[in-house]
Amino acid sequence: MLGSKAGTQILDGNHAAAVGAKLSRVQVIAAYPITPQSPVTEKLSEYVEGGNLKAEYVAVESEHSALAVCSSASLVGARTFTASSSHGLAYMHEMLHWVAGTRLPVILACVNRAIGAPWNVLNDQQDSISQRDTGWIQIYARTNQEILDSVIQAYKIAETVYVPVMVCYDGYILSHTEMPVDVPSPRDVDSFLPPYKPHTILDPANPRNYNLVTLANPRVNAEGVLCHGYMEIRYLLQEALQNAGETIASVGREFGGLFGRSYASMLWEYSLDDAEIVIVAMGSLAMEAIVAADTLRDEGHRVGVLGLRVFRPFPKSDVVTALKKARLVVVFDKNISYGSEGATCSEIKSALYGSGANAVIRNFVVGLGGRDIKARELAGAVNKSLPALKEGVLNDEYPEWICHI
Amino acid sequence: MPKVKERDKSCDHLFASGHTACPGCGQSMAVRLVLRAAGRNVIVVNSTGCLEIFSSKFGESSWEVPYIHSLFENIAAVASGVESVLRATGRLDEVRVIAMSGDGSAADIGFGAISGMMERGHDVLYVCYDNEAYMNTGIQRSGCTPYYARTTTSPPGKVSQGNPRPKKDLPQIILAHGVPYVATASVGYINDLDKKVKRALSIRGPKYIQVHVPCPLGWGSDSSRTIDIARLAVNSGLFPLYEVDSGELNVRKIPKKVPVEEYLQLQVRFRHLFGSDGAREEVEQIQRVADENIEKYGLMSK
Repeated sequence: MLGSKAGTQILDGNHAAAVGAKLSRVQVIAAYPITPQSPVTEKLSEYVEGGNLKAEYVAVESEHSALAVCSSASLVGARTFTASSSHGLAYMHEMLHWVAGTRLPVILACVNRAIGAPWNVLNDQQDSISQRDTGWIQIYARTNQEILDSVIQAYKIAETVYVPVMVCYDGYILSHTEMPVDVPSPRDVDSFLPPYKPHTILDPANPRNYNLVTLANPRVNAEGVLCHGYMEIRYLLQEALQNAGETIASVGREFGGLFGRSYASMLWEYSLDDAEIVIVAMGSLAMEAIVAADTLRDEGHRVGVLGLRVFRPFPKSDVVTALKKARLVVVFDKNISYGSEGATCSEIKSALYGSGANAVIRNFVVGLGGRDIKARELAGAVNKSLPALKEGVLNDEYPEWICHI
Repeated sequence: MPKVKERDKSCDHLFASGHTACPGCGQSMAVRLVLRAAGRNVIVVNSTGCLEIFSSKFGESSWEVPYIHSLFENIAAVASGVESVLRATGRLDEVRVIAMSGDGSAADIGFGAISGMMERGHDVLYVCYDNEAYMNTGIQRSGCTPYYARTTTSPPGKVSQGNPRPKKDLPQIILAHGVPYVATASVGYINDLDKKVKRALSIRGPKYIQVHVPCPLGWGSDSSRTIDIARLAVNSGLFPLYEVDSGELNVRKIPKKVPVEEYLQLQVRFRHLFGSDGAREEVEQIQRVADENIEKYGLMSK
C-alpha cells in the first residue's frame, strides 16, 4: 500500500465521480447537464475555474456534441471525460458507436436514470443497458467508493485496451446520497495512472487521416500493404472486448495492492461458498441483495449474492464458476429487453448454457422509474421462486414484474 | 529534391488529385483552393457528405494534411474538441483548425453544433461548401435550397413549382453570434476566395466562410461551365459576395447586373420555370430576391 494516508470524505456519488476525474488529471471535459448527472458537471466546472484542475471545460450545446468534443480531443491526444444520463445518453448513441469504433479511451460516467416515454427522472438501468451493443466496456458501481475507484481504474483499462469505458451508477440512490469515501492522494493516483500516451497522431508534419471510407473487403493501400476491411476492424473491437477481462482484473488487482480495495474480479460475491440459492443483481441493488440474503439465511435458506460489476465484457466463465453449485438463481433486472426478458438474465442463461449447470433460473423486473425496491421485496421474490425449485422447471419464458399489474 | 520544394511552396497538392468527385465539381475545386490558401499547418475536420465520400477512401485519401472525418451533424463539435486540446496544451499558435462541411450539415442537421461552436468562441475556421441541396444522398432539398429549385424532395408538379421556401441565410445567422469574421465566397472568384481564407485564418476566434459551389450533377448543369455558373450567381445578385470583418462590411461589387434568367436557364433544376407554360411569377420572385440582395448589400455602384 502507498505511504500517504487516504482521507475519508463524505461524498455523494456525483461528487465521487468528479473527484475521480480530477484525480485522473483529465485534460478536456465536455458535458451537457441532465438530471441526475448535473452536479458532476457543476463540480468539474468549479475545479477548472478554481485552478484545481488544469483542463478545458467545454460547455457544449448537446450531449451529442459532448461526446464529439471528447472524441476529437482524445484523438488529438488528451485524456477526456464526460457524463450523462437517460435521454442524454440516448442522444449520444451515434457517438458511442463512433468513439468505440475509433478505439478512443474516453471515459463516461452514466448516472443511471429511466428513459421516456412517459417522462421520469428517477433511477433504473434502461439507459446504459440500451447502449449495450455500442462497443463500450460497462462497469457498474454499488457504492460511492466504487464510483471513485472505478473512474480512476477506467482510464488505466481504456488506455491499455483502447476501448472506451462507461462507469455506471444508480441515479439518486448513489448520485445524490452521501457516503464516506476514501479519497486517495493525487500523488498516489499519479503513481497508479501515468499521463495519457495517445496512440493517434494529428501533426501537420505527419499528416495522418482518421475514419476514412472503409469498404467491406481488405484493400491494398498506396504503399502496397494489405489493409483491413470494415469487418476486420469490427472484429478487432470484439477481440479487444473479449480480452479486456484480463486487463480489467489486473488493473483492479494493482489498484487493490496500492489502495487496499481490490477489484480483481469482475463479479462481487457474497456468501456463495455454501449457497444453493443465488441472487444476481447489478449496481446498488447488489448491496440491497446482501440484506435480503441475510434475512433469508435467518429463515434457514442457504442464500448468497452474485453482484455483476462488469456487464461488458460479460464475465461468462466467472459466472459459470460462481454459479456452479447453485440450484436456484434469481436474477433481478432494473431494465427490460421488450419482448424478451431482463438483459442480465439473458446473459446469465447464455453463460450457463452447456456448462453442466442445472439451476432453476427466475427473472424479476424491478425498480423501473425509481420504483422503490427493498430487501424484503427481493427476499419475497426468492421465496416466491422456491416452488419452482421443487417442480424443477428450469426456465420461464418471460420475467415476472414486481409492480401492481 | 527541388521539385518537391516547388510543390510545397504552392501548397497546391495538399488536396491531391485522383479523388472521385464528378467532373466539374465546384466543391472539389474550392477545397483545393481553400487548402492552398491555408497551407499545410492545419488540422481539417470534415463532416459526412460528398467531400468526405469522394476524397477519403481508405488507402486512397486525397488529404495531405491531418484529417478527421466524423459524423454528419457534429463537425463543429469535433473541431471544438481539437481546438480545446490545442488550447489546453498551449499549441493554439502552432496549428489552425478548419472545419469543412456542406450546406446540409451546416444549415440543417449540424446547425445546433455550429451555433454552439460560434457562441463558445472556439478558434476555428468553418468553411461551408454551399451547393444548395443534399447531393451526396441524391439531391434532396436542404435549408439552403433556393426558391423553386427542383430537387428529389421538392419536385415541381401540380402543387408547387419546386422548392417553395427561400434559401436560409446562414451567413447572417452566424454573424448574429457576434463572431469576428463572416464571409461569402464563390468558386467562380478564386482570388477573392484565397484572400478571404487568408484573412480569416489571421483572426483569432470563430470564423465562417460560405463558398458557393455549383454541382453539375445536382443542378443539371454542363460540367464545363461550373465557373461560369458560379459567376452568374454572383453577378445576378443571387449569391452576394461580402465579408463582415470585425463589424465592417466589404462587398464585391457587381460590374453589370445579370438578369436571373441567364443563371437559371443553364440549370435543369430550374428548367420547369421556362417551359411553354412558364412560371413567370416564380421567376419574378427569384428576381426580387436578387434585387433585394443588391439593395441590401449595395452590390451595384451608384
